[in-house]
Amino acid sequence: MRNIDEMLIVDQLSVAFPGRQVLTDVSFTLQRGAFCGLIGANGSGKTTLLRSILGIQPLSAGQIRIDGVSRGNGFGSVGYVPQKIQFDPDMPLRALDLVELGLTGHKLGLPLPSKARTRLVDEMLAAVDAQNFADQRIGNLSGGQQQRILIAHALIRRPKLLLLDEPLANLDIRATAEIVSLLRKVASEHDITVLVSAHDMNPLLGAMDRIVYLANGRAASGRTDEVVRTEVLSALYGYHIDVIRVHGRVLVIAAGAANEIPAAIEQHTAHVTVIP
Amino acid sequence: MNYLIAVIFQPGFFVSGPVHTAMIIGGGAAIVSAWIGVFTIIRGQSFAGHALADVSSAGGAASFLLGINPMFGFLGMAVLAASAMEFLGVSRARERDLVTGIVLGAGLGLTALLLYFDVTTRSTTGAATSVMFGSMFAIPASIIPAVLIIALAVVLLVAAIYRPLLLSSLDSTLAEVQGINVRLIGLLHLLMLSLAVTLSAMTIGAILSTALLIGPAAAALRLAKRPGVAICLAALIGVGATWGGILLAYDSYNWTPGHGWPVSFFIVTIIFAVYLLAGLPGRRGRLGIPTTNRLMST
Repeated sequence: MRNIDEMLIVDQLSVAFPGRQVLTDVSFTLQRGAFCGLIGANGSGKTTLLRSILGIQPLSAGQIRIDGVSRGNGFGSVGYVPQKIQFDPDMPLRALDLVELGLTGHKLGLPLPSKARTRLVDEMLAAVDAQNFADQRIGNLSGGQQQRILIAHALIRRPKLLLLDEPLANLDIRATAEIVSLLRKVASEHDITVLVSAHDMNPLLGAMDRIVYLANGRAASGRTDEVVRTEVLSALYGYHIDVIRVHGRVLVIAAGAANEIPAAIEQHTAHVTVIP
Repeated sequence: MNYLIAVIFQPGFFVSGPVHTAMIIGGGAAIVSAWIGVFTIIRGQSFAGHALADVSSAGGAASFLLGINPMFGFLGMAVLAASAMEFLGVSRARERDLVTGIVLGAGLGLTALLLYFDVTTRSTTGAATSVMFGSMFAIPASIIPAVLIIALAVVLLVAAIYRPLLLSSLDSTLAEVQGINVRLIGLLHLLMLSLAVTLSAMTIGAILSTALLIGPAAAALRLAKRPGVAICLAALIGVGATWGGILLAYDSYNWTPGHGWPVSFFIVTIIFAVYLLAGLPGRRGRLGIPTTNRLMST
């Protein structure tokens, strides 16, 4: 069996919605085992990029290869954790049922009990440290607990590449740290390449070894210290940006009069500080 | 004891033809409504269910005019409305509500016209009440096979697509990622919904059919922790309410001698009471503790 070093190749990808160009000429490569942050403001095209990789988003141009296989040739090897799902507390579904649906959701017919499947579900619940609340309704769990269950839902198919869309949004500081270290642990234990999107890079700084930074529909990628630099981000935003590192955090600062600051920066208030 | 039974089950209840027919068709409608109603609520399409029912009333009214069995009228219009809603293809919740409401209005307008023709040309004054609120004891026994076939078809189809339907009802992206055709599942759900609505429109009338579709399922969602349990519980509540309603309506011939009360009233009232009872343990005041059932916990 071939073992290609590149788990994901995104090559000159462009995506347009009616009347709006979302992604322009985006290219980057993820090596096997990488833990990569996909950083960008709300509306910068993070979800569109993830959907493109998943194969559920029509492309205007470009190519995507996953583990050497071109997009559209079967996608069993990609796991996906979508953006926050609103689960109603009335939803008659236990956390463990949702994990099981990750494996069997596409199957026809009524679900029959299976010992092997139950064991696999238990294994996944253990992997995300969720045994304590596995029997509760999904809608009654906290945001962090739901995130764990959705990760287990994605992991149960043993994907080689795991995509997560804003898994840290709406989490408090403690839950954020827990999910980041859980992802780190899962990635190394199960040998999974991870691409995790976030509007704020700071919670991921200690975990990610690669970064894809989206702004103005374009992307810069590389090691974090290569990309998060004054020159690179200034070129990306088309406006002078200062990158300051302090106490292990990154501050991105745009200074100027309100009417001079490009919209792409203004939307990015999560970690770009705008100084008038 | 025997006296009590004699009071509850008035003479003739078990041998009455119309009662048998009503129980079979009502039971079928309740089971089908429960199977599909649970998914309809999870998908947030209760309003669409109500709209289908309202539009189907135009078909019911047309059947009276044409002198055919109302079931075919209800069925035709419900399927037509479901196709229209799907064809207009709306994904955003607010827009979907608008389209649903507009289709509903157009359907009821047509019903108003057809019922007017019913009254003026055929002097069938009972048509309006029958179409809107049902007349279970007047259903001909000849329709039973057709009803059972529809009921069986819906139950089998839901069983076949149970997991894709469940997953796409929870979250369409999760379903898409697994290669599920979310649009097709949505269409199948609407079609099954229109079949369920047809059956309950015949039972308790087009306007009230939402009660049978949503009520038992909503009560079951309050009690059950798993989708399969919720469906079974909803079917149990629905059949219980329908048969209980038939029994009470039969008995009511003796309360106001000469004319009984409408079955629909009793069915809807029982469902309402069960829904309220199901909410009693309530999550309010028990913060964070799941409203898991003590009835059905596993």
